[in-house]
Amino acid sequence: MESAIVSGLQGLLLGLSHLEWGHVVMILIGSFLLYLGIGKGFEPLLLLPIGFGAILVNIPLAGLMEEEGVLRFFYDTGVLTEIFPILIFLGIGAMTDFQPLLENPKIMLLGAAGQFGIFLTLLLALALGFDKLEAVAIGIIGACDGPTAIYVTSKYAPHLLGAVSVAAYSYMSLVPLIQPPIMRLLTTERERKITMGVVKQPVSKTTKILFPVVVTIAASLVAPLGTPLIGMVMLGNLMKECGVVERLKHASENEITNIVTLLLGLSIGATMEAGKFLRIETLIVLALGLIAIGLDTVMGLLFGKLMCLLTGGKINPLIGAAGISAFPMSARVVQVEGQKYNKKNYLLMHAMSANAGGQIGSIIAAAIMLSVLAGMGIV
Amino acid sequence: MDIWTFGWTVALIGMGGTLLVLWLLSLLILVLKMAFPYKAEDSASAKG
Repeated sequence: MESAIVSGLQGLLLGLSHLEWGHVVMILIGSFLLYLGIGKGFEPLLLLPIGFGAILVNIPLAGLMEEEGVLRFFYDTGVLTEIFPILIFLGIGAMTDFQPLLENPKIMLLGAAGQFGIFLTLLLALALGFDKLEAVAIGIIGACDGPTAIYVTSKYAPHLLGAVSVAAYSYMSLVPLIQPPIMRLLTTERERKITMGVVKQPVSKTTKILFPVVVTIAASLVAPLGTPLIGMVMLGNLMKECGVVERLKHASENEITNIVTLLLGLSIGATMEAGKFLRIETLIVLALGLIAIGLDTVMGLLFGKLMCLLTGGKINPLIGAAGISAFPMSARVVQVEGQKYNKKNYLLMHAMSANAGGQIGSIIAAAIMLSVLAGMGIV
Repeated sequence: MDIWTFGWTVALIGMGGTLLVLWLLSLLILVLKMAFPYKAEDSASAKG
């Protein structure tokens, strides 16, 4: 009887006796992500389930990521199959208003420049010794677009998924801290004061409905491997604009997105097991992710300066910084920075155009990269 | 293929391709706007 009681009590201590320092560090990291999400309000919809998933998966003997573990099931079903990020795109499309972009389409080019950091970071990753597909996954953090980063990484470098996802979502939420110093460094006070005026070019409903269809066909023909990404975003947007499938649109932007966001976050957190996450490699990925978003901002601003020059000073280069995919956060940062130097300056709608261009640009950049890899026979 | 050939090829085609595709899309938007210009009825039907 006594030995049975002792054995039973020992069972209660099994978890504690298997706890290693790596688990403790990861539980602290998971708790920090919870703090960022809850306490600081940084991307709480993602950082909360990611942080909690990271805690769950580092409880010794819980077996959540082992065969038949619940988190393993979510991961295999939704991340390995790429279903989760693709469904998130459907919701993004249903929630995004491309009206500012349709009103001012030339600003879309800034959305291309804002992706150049992806490719420059890829080169940096190669220089640091990462293999080709790892470098692609690290570069894609520069898309500043969580679902795109998850889609590409889960496909080509799943072992980096935790680090890449955490970097993508953390830095996306830190855009208001990352971008302003670069904006001030690369623009003159005179440039920051440029007033762009109001763009008011109303867009017909037919144009809004045809836009997602035309973009899907054109972009998919150029980069077929990106069709799942661009197709889902544009399907969501078509449902939003056509006005005849309110229930589907509502489900896409609410129920589907909410459920998938929760499961995706948990699945990403579940990849953060101590043995896989606590490596120098992870720190390098996090550092390169920060550089990627910095480079995006730099390239967007430089392209903005070029457009300013070519238009005889009609474009405020600050809006180039909004050419990334962090929508609408980056556009708000541009508005705030612009008003610091000219109280009468309202750059928000112009920056929103660039920001919407950045959303499409990030998907196009990923699609082109995947198609180039396929063309080279690498994937 | 060595890593630098790979890296520069992806980077150059990637940056050029992204810029080109977005430029083409901006042209397509202009064509759509010309083909289907905004009319006052659009807003009226939206409200109605």
